[in-house]
This record gives sequence, structure tokens and C-alpha cells, in this order.
Amino acid sequence: MRLYALAVYLFLYIPIGVIALFSFNAGRHAAQFQGFSTQWYGKALSNPFVMDALQTSLTVALASALLATLFGTMAALALQSVRGRVRMAFDALIYIAVMVPGIVIGIATLIALVTLFGWLNPLIEALWPLAGKAPQLSLGYGSLIAAHGLFTMALVIIIVRARMAGMDRSLIEASADLGATPWGTFRQVTLPQIFPGILAGFLLAFTFSFDDFIIAFFVAGSQTTLPVYVFSSIRRGVTPEINAIGTMVLAVSLVMLIAAQAILQRGRKAA
Amino acid sequence: MESKLKPASEERDAPIAELRDASKHYGAVVAAEGLNLAIRRGEFLSFLGPSGCGKTTALRMLAGFESPTSGDILLDGQRVNDVPPHQRPVNMVFQHYALFPHLTVAQNIAYGLRQRRPRPPEDEISRAVERALETVRLPGFGPRRIWEMSGGQQQRVALARAIVNQPKLLLLDEPMAALDKKLRRDMQIELQTLQRQLGITFILVTHDQEEALSMSDRICIMRSGRIVQVGSPRELYDRPASRYVADFVGKSNFFPGTVTAVSAGRTELAAAGGHVIAGLAPVGIAAGQRASASLRPEQIALTRKPAGHALPVTVVNRIFLGEHTEYLVRNGDLGEFLVLVSRQAEASEGGFEPGDQAFASWSEGAALILEDD
Repeated sequence: MRLYALAVYLFLYIPIGVIALFSFNAGRHAAQFQGFSTQWYGKALSNPFVMDALQTSLTVALASALLATLFGTMAALALQSVRGRVRMAFDALIYIAVMVPGIVIGIATLIALVTLFGWLNPLIEALWPLAGKAPQLSLGYGSLIAAHGLFTMALVIIIVRARMAGMDRSLIEASADLGATPWGTFRQVTLPQIFPGILAGFLLAFTFSFDDFIIAFFVAGSQTTLPVYVFSSIRRGVTPEINAIGTMVLAVSLVMLIAAQAILQRGRKAA
Repeated sequence: MESKLKPASEERDAPIAELRDASKHYGAVVAAEGLNLAIRRGEFLSFLGPSGCGKTTALRMLAGFESPTSGDILLDGQRVNDVPPHQRPVNMVFQHYALFPHLTVAQNIAYGLRQRRPRPPEDEISRAVERALETVRLPGFGPRRIWEMSGGQQQRVALARAIVNQPKLLLLDEPMAALDKKLRRDMQIELQTLQRQLGITFILVTHDQEEALSMSDRICIMRSGRIVQVGSPRELYDRPASRYVADFVGKSNFFPGTVTAVSAGRTELAAAGGHVIAGLAPVGIAAGQRASASLRPEQIALTRKPAGHALPVTVVNRIFLGEHTEYLVRNGDLGEFLVLVSRQAEASEGGFEPGDQAFASWSEGAALILEDD
């Protein structure tokens, strides 16, 4: 059984290890290691296309994670006072949002947005009061942020709610008993108590958006995120430069995930 | 704590809080029914009863966490049914303390003062916190984190966090439940001392009769959402109104039977085997009804020779309790019952061993004839 588990882990992690290893390859062939070098990292970081894609990815990840955290936290708080069937329906929808394959979300979002733009754009053009050409809605930053934000919001809701479930309800009563108004209680007790969950939710949302290829592939429009760039350049063959980018994305994601985990663990101790 | 209520009466004798026909229903579930109770200024009152008897509901209605389905809650003469907890000049020590884990000990204690508007100056707050810490004998513990404190210390912090606000009522919800027995005893004495010293009205909820008996000025005994009897520990012990109270407060032997005669100072009950037991009965007992004669174990004497009106018994078991010895004895008609023999009495009669034949007697008319419930 252990051997079997080991085999599974090796199958999963060896390819990742190989990518990380070959990103430090001195030679330009992906198949044989010709000595240690960091030249591909330099190349990747000085490639304007890579830097452009990185900037897009970071902007989208940051914006969507912020939105997801804000609305996800608000939703988690509101769901506390929802009971019965409505609550069950919301719970189901939230878990579905996490479990639906990315490709479905990608295609569905694309169709929805294109249809919406198809209705709205003529309307805007007809109502545009100024001279000159009316602005047109199109795929790009906005659609990327919206699609990622919606998807990662479900993650934030789940994490924040788990944190709230672990919180002692009597703390809120104690705060009210000591004279704090409902808003005062939220600010001084609830928020500090669930903050580790909010922060961890933000980091996870950021990571999911930063890593995402499938949804971005459908809704990015003229924009290119880092994973989309990697995908398109792979068609010209795997270069050590791609390995270097992959390794960097992996490093960023790992750091974020570890940070999120550490925050949740520490928060649990303090609760 | 800041109150939006003006005291209606500063009279010493006016009750500080009142439950007036207060009921709390959750759908079909009745948590409390028709509670009537006037809480005296500066007293230590306990709500005593088994879990689910409505004592916690009564406390939570006073705190403002529950509003009565019908009836009224009064604080200092003012109806407060719809006043939310944060506007009531009442503080609570929670069962598991509910200390804020993200704040230090001092910040926890200062929490109530910091909610006041206008907010008192910081130096005033820190002085009050220091005083409160001294009152609960934790001087210098202010900068500690909550999780660095032991269970007993956490309880003192919870107490300090409540008393620093000088509430009109201090509500204690089974505060000793999480402490071990030795610590509980110490804390009971300390709480009682503290209550005398501060002069704040304390209201304790407990299921532990010993705790209620040793600490309270008055005890309110509850059962299935209703108040059964209110009185001082001595009144409840000596004059229980029902078998339930006699059973709940202290130990008692019950001999079921039929009431045969009722007169002013004396009611008679025919128990099993035709034994007539006489005693006092609360109003409402009528001849012919089923009832029980209640005799406290210490009211019964155990002798080797029959002394007047005595029951022959066999000693079944003996428990040495130090100052007293508790015997379980059996009579052919009345079954098993407990007898508490003092060291002094034992010295004159000699000890009894299981299997010994003896005679149990009590002074004529010492029993209480109580309704079964």
C-alpha cells in the first residue's frame, strides 16, 4: 500500500521536479542537463512579452482576489443568519461553483459575456450622447477579473465560514453584554476572530487566479496572462525559458499556499 | 455600563429587578412559564434546578439575550423587554467565560469601559482595570494573554471584566462548572466574600444544590420552566413546599402513604404496613389524598433498645463521613431509608455493623407531609 502511494506521488511530482531542475539547465535542450545556470531566468525576466503577461496576471489576480475577498466575506457573514432550505440551496451552489470544471466555467462565462455584449453594445451606441464613436464592451481585463472573482469568491466563502463555525458564539454575546453596539461587536470581536480566514481566503483566491489557465484562455480576449502565454509559446517547443517561468509560478503559488495554511493554523491556536 | 434608563425609584426596598409573569416559548417548547420573582437590592440569589428547568432562560431574559414571549422584565422599575443587551446595565459571567482570545487580560477587562460614550480617559480605564485585577486577586496579570491563564484564573478575569462596569446585576451562568472540586469550593467562598464587599446584586444559575445552599441569600427552585419555591436556604431545607424541593435541597427519606387526618398543627399519614407518621403539612393537603412523609436522615435516631415509638430495623450499610456516620437501614414495612448518626450519639450507643438489629425513632410530629409531584 505504501509502495503504491509512493508510486502515485512520484508520478505526480517527478514531472514538476524535472521542470524545476531543467530551468537551471545551462544548455538549451530540454532533454539533457548540461550544468547549472540561471541564464533562463534572466532571459524570461527580460522578455517583454513575459513581463507583459506577468503584469496582466498580477493585476487580474490582485483585483479579482480583492473583490472575491470583499464579497465572499460579506456573503459568509450574511449566510450566518440564513437557515433552512435557502441555506441548503446556497451551500449547494457554493460547492458547485468550486467543483464545476474550469472549462465549463470558461465556456459558460464566454458565452454569457459575448451574448451580453451583443445586447448592450448596440444599446450604448444608440444612447451615446456625445459626438464620436461610442465605447464598446469587449473581453479583456474586466471579463478576466469578473470570471476569476466569481469563481474564487466561492473559495473565500467556504474558508471564512469554516473559520466562523469554529468561533465561540458566546464571544458575540459577551461583547453585547459589555455594552458594544452590533457594529462595535463586529469591528472589535467578529472581524479580528475571522481575520485569519479572510486573509487565507485572499491568498488562496490570488493563487487560483494567478495559476488559472482554462478560464483565462476563454475570457482573456486580447489580454495574455502568464499561463496563457506559456501555453501559446509551448507550441514552439519547450524551452528552458518556459521551465523557468513555470518554476517561478510554482514558487509564488507555493509561498502563497504555505502562508495561507500558516495563517489558518496560527489563527486556530488563538481562537 | 452606560444605561439609557433612568432609575424610577431610588428606594432601598424597591426590587432591583423583577420578572412579572414572564414566559418564554420556542414554538411548542415552553422554556419558562409565568415566572414571578422580585430580586432584592444587594442580595445573592440562585436559580437552582436540573438542566432544562428554565433557569438559564430566566437569566438570559434578565441579560437581554432573550425577550419574553409574554409578561415583563423590569430593571429598577423600568420595563426592559425590548432593551437590547448592550443597553442594559447588567453584566454576565459566561459558563465558559467567553473571554476574547485576541485581547490581553487587561484589554478584556477594559472592554466594557471602552464601549461607554463618552469614552473615559485611558488613565482612568487602566486604573479601574488594575483595581478590578486586585479585587479578583490577579494583580499584575494585565499584559498576559488569555491562553496563558489557567481555568481558575480565566474565571477571575471573566469576573473582573464584569464587575469593573459596576453593573446593577451580576449574572453568573454556572460559572463553576468547568472547575475541579477543590477550586470550586475556594471560588464559592471567594464569590460570596466579593459579593458582600461590592454590594452588587448577584444572580447565580446552578444545578449544584450544595453550591446554591452555601452561597445564596435566597434560592429560587425551578422545575419544567416554572418556579417551584423561593426562599432562604434554611427555609427551603426546613419547610420545603413539595417533595420535589425536599428531594432537591439536601437528602430526605420519603414514606409514601395516604393522608388520614388534617388539622392545624398536625397532619397524619398512613404509610405502608399501617404505620402512622405525623407532622406538619403545607396548606392544600387534604385527607384521603396520596402524599409522602419526609424525614431528614439527621431527624432519625438509631438505638439498640426500643425507645417509645420505634421501628425495628436491620442495618444494611454504613458510610463513615467523619463527624457523622450514615446508615442505610431496612424496615420490613417501610423499606430502606437513611439515618445520620452524629459522633456524639454513636459514642453513647456504640457503632452499628451491617446486619445488626436496631430501632429507629424520631420525635413525634417531626415529619413533613408533602404532596407527591
